[in-house]
Amino acid sequence: MSPTVTTSSEANGNVSAATARAAASAAATADAAGPQPVTMAKALNTALADAMHADPSVLVFGEDVGTLGGVFRITDGLTKTFGEQRCFDTPLAESGIVGMAVGMAMNGMRPVIEMQFDAFAYPAFEQIVSHVAKMHNRTKGAVKLPMVIRVPYAGGIGGVEHHCDSSESYYAHTAGLKVFTPATVPDAYRMLREAIDSDDPVMFMEPKKLYWSKDMVDLDELREQHSANAKAGRSSEGRAAVARPGTDATLIAYGPSVPTALAAAEAAALEGRSLEVIDVRTIVPFDDETVCASVRKTGRAVVIAEAHGFASVSSEIVARVQERCFHHLAAPIRRVTGFDVPYPAPKLEKYYLPGVDRILDAVDDLQWEN
Amino acid sequence: MTISADHTAPDQAGRAPAEDALTEAAEKFGITAEDYMLPARHQIQMVDPDGRLTPVGEQGTEPGHEYPLPGDEELLAAYEQLVVGRRVNDQNSALVRQGRMAVYPSSHGQEACQVAAALCLSQGDWMFPTYRDAVAVMTRGVDPVQVMTIFRGDWHGGYDPAKHKVGIQCTPLTTQLLHAVGVAHAAKLRGEDTVVLAMCGDGATSEGDFHEALNFAAVFHLPVVFFVQNNKYAISVPLAHQSVAPSLAHKAVGYGMAGERVDGNDVVALLAVLDRAVKLAREGSGPLLVEANTYRMQAHTNADDATRYRQDSEVAEWLAKDPVNRMRTYLTDRGLLDGDGEARISEKAEAVAAQLRDGLGEDVPVDPQELFRHVFATPTPQLKEQSAFLADELARDASSQEAAQ
Repeated sequence: MSPTVTTSSEANGNVSAATARAAASAAATADAAGPQPVTMAKALNTALADAMHADPSVLVFGEDVGTLGGVFRITDGLTKTFGEQRCFDTPLAESGIVGMAVGMAMNGMRPVIEMQFDAFAYPAFEQIVSHVAKMHNRTKGAVKLPMVIRVPYAGGIGGVEHHCDSSESYYAHTAGLKVFTPATVPDAYRMLREAIDSDDPVMFMEPKKLYWSKDMVDLDELREQHSANAKAGRSSEGRAAVARPGTDATLIAYGPSVPTALAAAEAAALEGRSLEVIDVRTIVPFDDETVCASVRKTGRAVVIAEAHGFASVSSEIVARVQERCFHHLAAPIRRVTGFDVPYPAPKLEKYYLPGVDRILDAVDDLQWEN
Repeated sequence: MTISADHTAPDQAGRAPAEDALTEAAEKFGITAEDYMLPARHQIQMVDPDGRLTPVGEQGTEPGHEYPLPGDEELLAAYEQLVVGRRVNDQNSALVRQGRMAVYPSSHGQEACQVAAALCLSQGDWMFPTYRDAVAVMTRGVDPVQVMTIFRGDWHGGYDPAKHKVGIQCTPLTTQLLHAVGVAHAAKLRGEDTVVLAMCGDGATSEGDFHEALNFAAVFHLPVVFFVQNNKYAISVPLAHQSVAPSLAHKAVGYGMAGERVDGNDVVALLAVLDRAVKLAREGSGPLLVEANTYRMQAHTNADDATRYRQDSEVAEWLAKDPVNRMRTYLTDRGLLDGDGEARISEKAEAVAAQLRDGLGEDVPVDPQELFRHVFATPTPQLKEQSAFLADELARDASSQEAAQ
């Protein structure tokens, strides 16, 4: 029962040589035709490369993103392919990275910048909150900031302090920022391409525990779909997905919590209970329509998030659903979130993170006897 | 507690006291204020990579930048800590490989800096270390197993900073430098003669807080010694991408403080330079910046792959400048160290290594309720509720497991 700390790359929040090799071999096979096993890391890497091919104004910069290819290898190979003018390392200063991106975006570029870890982005908070989020508004739309701030976020990797924060609520709370968070491999590709295409600044929150998750994906097909959608002016921004259909209750999750919600739904099915899982996908803009349609159908809901529950994205979701679906609810909406404590050390994180049992307990509490 | 008069107000002539002090310091050494602030033309080195005493004329010293050779006793004590520090680094890396620790950012190759950082301070002084400074913290006297708790993953810290006058090891970059400034300011207001050593790396000098900390320390004229270990890499990014200043020590002049650079693999020079910096700070000369020219011999952490961004030949070049070997040769040649001395020191290093193996080798059970115990001095009703929720969940888990057996 006692949790052990492992030496695996996942436990350290960085990519070891072995993992990098695994990702590279996945990359090699992914280039073949048809669906191939692709990691989320590879899907993101491909999305960056495709966006850079498609538009010479797309630039990538940050800490260790050049020669090293990023501590998670998301920018692997970009400097080699596109040169040091388009993918480069900056001095070690997050506020500098974001602030310079603002100027570049004002002057014809589409910067895609990396904050190395969630909690290392805070020195840039002023730039993000006071400038990235407000420029369009202050200038009445005269200045657009087509920039993407990529943030590896959330826990589940046994990371040391400052490597596991769920910081999405700070950004979602800031008016003027769009907040995307993919939960699947195809969405990682699709949503990053759409974020880069967007004329609004996007906080792109990447669940780092899912970087090595794999799915059978045809990257060529995704690329073509994206081109067709972009030409037609279509985007999946603001659209939640029904990750698993069900009838008895709705689990609403995003990013790292989606696979946990799906596992809970699978377990509930064995007990004869049909749970629908909604993947929020874009926290801002929020898809009230899809989420509320599901809750009106099932009449019961549990919101799942790793972040602290207090004053969070999960509280916002509960408030919105309650306002819109009150007369369809058979029970108060429940939440399963992280406790209101600083993100714990590796050996304690399993008590902190929402897990299948805690979700099933919350589902059991949805007043079924009525 | 007595608070001294407003020390920040300009005097009658409209000059800030800090400016006066700078002039005073310059006058003390018979050089201009500019020459006092600018580092000497060459880095200070007293023992060369081969373990020979650098000829006095080539040590990099010059008027106003004079450094006496530290005493034999201090050098022997430093060597002992160097050997222990090297053993600690290698033991910790082994423990990570064995799965006993999550991660360890090793200071292998930087032990001279680690040791000198601790030995230059007096009992009442403070140190503000980074995540890579575990050996410095241990050299300061903190229990090695407590220092490593953060990397074992039980808790985000393992020792009491107030008890040891050592800030909690800091992972975000240069945020601790401002804490160091605050500690020095508080001590100054109380009239104490505390000196604070504020540590960071070369990459960290790019952060905004580095600038703010140096400026605050200079403006408030505080006894802070900023100690930059320039180990040439910020994870993968080499110094050339970080700064094009003539040296990091040159940054001092922009804040109106004195800077110096020193061979960071020469513990003799490090002790000489840091001892003097601490002494000047204690005497009221204001803050100083010391840059140690060293090298991170291993990857950033065990999770990093340094072969992706640097050549083996570069590492080999620095291997020849090893701080431990250099000091062993120097002390042996001077007749200060013999086989018996080596054996005694080696025994001590092995004892510390054994302490680490024993302390980190056992699985200490964690108490889930610790999650809630330390968030506030006065717990909130919400945390009490969440604590009870988890206790109930774990009790139900336990009873269902019992029932299943």
